[in-house]
Amino acid sequence: MADAIKGWDRNQIAARAALELRDGTYVNLGIGIPTLVSNYIPAGVNVTLQSENGMLGMGPFPVEGDEDPDLINAGKQTITELPQTAYFDSAQSFAMIRGGKIAMAILGAMEVSEAGDLANWMIPGKLVKGMGGAMDLVAGVGRVVVVMDHTSKHGESKVLRECTLPLTGKAVVNRIITNLGVLDVVAGGLKIVELADGVSEADLRAATEARIVG
Amino acid sequence: MNKEYASASAALEGLLFDGMTIASGGFGLCGIPELLIEAIKNAGTKDLTIASNNAGVDGFGLGVLLATRQVKKMISSYVGENAEFMRQYLSGELELEFTPQGTLAERLRAGGAGIPGFYTKTGVGTVIAEGKEHKDFNGQTYILERGIVADLSIVKAWKADPSGNLVFRKTARNFNPPAATAGKICVAEVEEIVPLGSLDPDLIHLPGIYVHRLITGPHEKRIENRTTRKKETL
Repeated sequence: MADAIKGWDRNQIAARAALELRDGTYVNLGIGIPTLVSNYIPAGVNVTLQSENGMLGMGPFPVEGDEDPDLINAGKQTITELPQTAYFDSAQSFAMIRGGKIAMAILGAMEVSEAGDLANWMIPGKLVKGMGGAMDLVAGVGRVVVVMDHTSKHGESKVLRECTLPLTGKAVVNRIITNLGVLDVVAGGLKIVELADGVSEADLRAATEARIVG
Repeated sequence: MNKEYASASAALEGLLFDGMTIASGGFGLCGIPELLIEAIKNAGTKDLTIASNNAGVDGFGLGVLLATRQVKKMISSYVGENAEFMRQYLSGELELEFTPQGTLAERLRAGGAGIPGFYTKTGVGTVIAEGKEHKDFNGQTYILERGIVADLSIVKAWKADPSGNLVFRKTARNFNPPAATAGKICVAEVEEIVPLGSLDPDLIHLPGIYVHRLITGPHEKRIENRTTRKKETL
């Protein structure tokens, strides 16, 4: 991209997403940019992080030498526990997700649509990874915030009228945070909430295939 | 009652047959029954259907059974860390039933609890819902998912007593309890078998009724994704 539009980098996207966190809630952070969100939790906001492999109260990465093979997050990274940590099995973990006890999930995306459809698990014929816990999370948590790059490496919009990839969930996304700004899923399309640094509304609209309303 | 066996192969004797279904505990390489997987490899049992959240990595965990072509089908939620898995799947040699992680956990739990099916919102409107019964409750659409009953469960715990009561450690618990309950027979491998009476009955994670055979042995407990921070940052 010769004429790269300015905007937020991965850490700035994560920092912006951290402003979505509400004090006193239980939150699940996905793999990738969402994991970085924990570095930017605002002062005075106390959230308990759930890791769907069976933990509430996820602590930071361990210092070298303190890694414990029995203590990992959903991205299989070594982590640590906190004084309030609780462990449980996978059935219990998804009971609290499906049961609506987790206030919010912040997840990555390959594509998102104006109706709030999310695709983040499979490229047919190419990459077999799996949905992991993403389908359960988007179906069960109170609010779904997606963090992603607005366009592909080739400059094509990933914020679409309709997703082209297999869906993770239908009409599940509430808010989209990209390198170009923040959009909400509303009736009839997406509403611009905020523009990233150095990004004009025209830039955002040009990079967005989905309908922008309001 | 003493459920202890001398080795993984001794504990599996008479339980393995070609075409069987196995439920395995573990998340990534954390809390996997590595000794029992190795023993199944050595037994050469073929055409296995394995319900496990992940499929190991190349050369460790369930990856060893993929390398020897002993697996016919995997029921999993995430298989991203295994090149051999992808090769076999994309070439059509290996069947894969992708199951959302929470749905897989609940299918195992339900199977073990005598519940043949349950309705969930997970996967509605996706390929996961295709061909499944849809039903509305209170204005929301759900799909019917089936419980899993396996011929054999293989799980890993931290400690056991000789009666099969199990205690897990940290996030190594993961799929092990639901997987254990889903099997007609469950073999558990543990790091330590402690004397009867030395586990607090109030702190048993999985009662011994679900565990039929026990082994102990040295575990490699490989770390899949070692991540650390610098000491100065806190």
